Amino acid sequence: MAFSNEQLERYSRHIILKEIGAKGQKKLLNAKVLIIGAGGLGAPVAMYLAAAGVGTIGIADADEVDLSNLQRQIIHATKDVGKPKVLSAKETMNEMNPDVTVNTYHTFVTSENIRKLIRDYDFIIDGTDNFPAKFLINDACVMEKKPFSHAGIIRFKGQLMTYVPGQGPCYRCVFKNPPPKDAVPTCKQAGVVGAMGGVIGSLQAMEAIKFIVGQGELLTGNLLTYDALKMDFRKIKLPHNTDNCPVCGKNPTITELIDYEQAECDGAL
Amino acid sequence: MTITVAGVKKEVKDDLTVAQLIIDENVETPMYVTVSINDEFIASGTFETTVLKDGDNVEFLYFMGGGC
Ligand SMILES: [Zn+2]
Repeated sequence: MAFSNEQLERYSRHIILKEIGAKGQKKLLNAKVLIIGAGGLGAPVAMYLAAAGVGTIGIADADEVDLSNLQRQIIHATKDVGKPKVLSAKETMNEMNPDVTVNTYHTFVTSENIRKLIRDYDFIIDGTDNFPAKFLINDACVMEKKPFSHAGIIRFKGQLMTYVPGQGPCYRCVFKNPPPKDAVPTCKQAGVVGAMGGVIGSLQAMEAIKFIVGQGELLTGNLLTYDALKMDFRKIKLPHNTDNCPVCGKNPTITELIDYEQAECDGAL
Repeated sequence: MTITVAGVKKEVKDDLTVAQLIIDENVETPMYVTVSINDEFIASGTFETTVLKDGDNVEFLYFMGGGC
C-alpha cells in the first residue's frame, strides 16, 4: 500500500519521526484498536487515534449523549444530545480523518459478548467508568491474550497501567476483586475535572500508538498516578510476581468471565 | 526508623504496623486499598500483623473507577 499525496501531507509529522516514519505510519493504518466507553477517557483516545490514522477503531458504549457529559466528553457536541454516543463519536472521527474505519457497538460489554468483541482487535482501551466493566475487560483480555490500557479518573486524580500478556501484572493482580457497590466514590458522586479525561486519555492513546509502532517502553509492570492539584506524576513499580493471580497466574481459578453487579457512574459507560 | 511512603521519606516509630500507618496517613477507603512493601503485595487480611522495618518502601494503590 503506497501513501497518497494527501496521506503524506496529513501524516508528515509522524513520518518525519525516526521512531514512526513511513513504516510506523503504515502499521498505524493497518492497526485495529477497540475503545470500550465513549466518555471522558474514550473521547480523547478516539480523537487522537483517529487523527493519528489508526485504520480501524471500534467503539463500544450503550448510552446516549447527555448534556452533563459535555463538560468533559469532547468528542460529542451540543447538537448530539440524545444521540447514541457511539454514533456521535463515529461522526466526529469520520470528519477528522476519512482514512479511519469506525465500527460502532451500541451495547454494554458483558461476559456474553466481550471475548468475541475484542478478538478482532490488536489493542483494547478501557475507558469505562465502573468496576464490573474494568474487571470484565481485564479478565477477557487475559483470556484472549490481548494487550490493554486500564485507566481511571476522579476529582483531580487519575491513574493508568498497561497490560501486555506475559509482560507483568494484570489489573486483577493489583486490585483482586471489585469493591462493593458505592464503597468507592464514582465521578457522578465525587465530580471530575473535564481535563483529567484529556490528560489520562491522551496517555492511553500514547500507549496504544507505542504498542502499534513497537517503540519505547510501555507502562507494563507500573501504575502511573497523576495528582493534578499537586501537579505530581508518579510511576509506581508493581510487584513482578504474578504466579498467584486468580486469572493471569500459574493456576488460574477464574476461567469463566464474571458479570459483577453494575454500580455504574451515571448510567454512562 | 525511616520508611518511604508513596515516595516520601518519613521518620516513624519502631514496630509500626501497616494498619496503623493506614490510619496515620489518612488513607481514603482503607478497606479497599492495595498495599505493597518493597515491591511485594501485602494480603489485605494481614495489615494488623504486618510490622514495618527500617528502610521499607510502602506504596498505596487505590481503586479509581471513573472514566465517564
Ligand atoms: Zn493477574
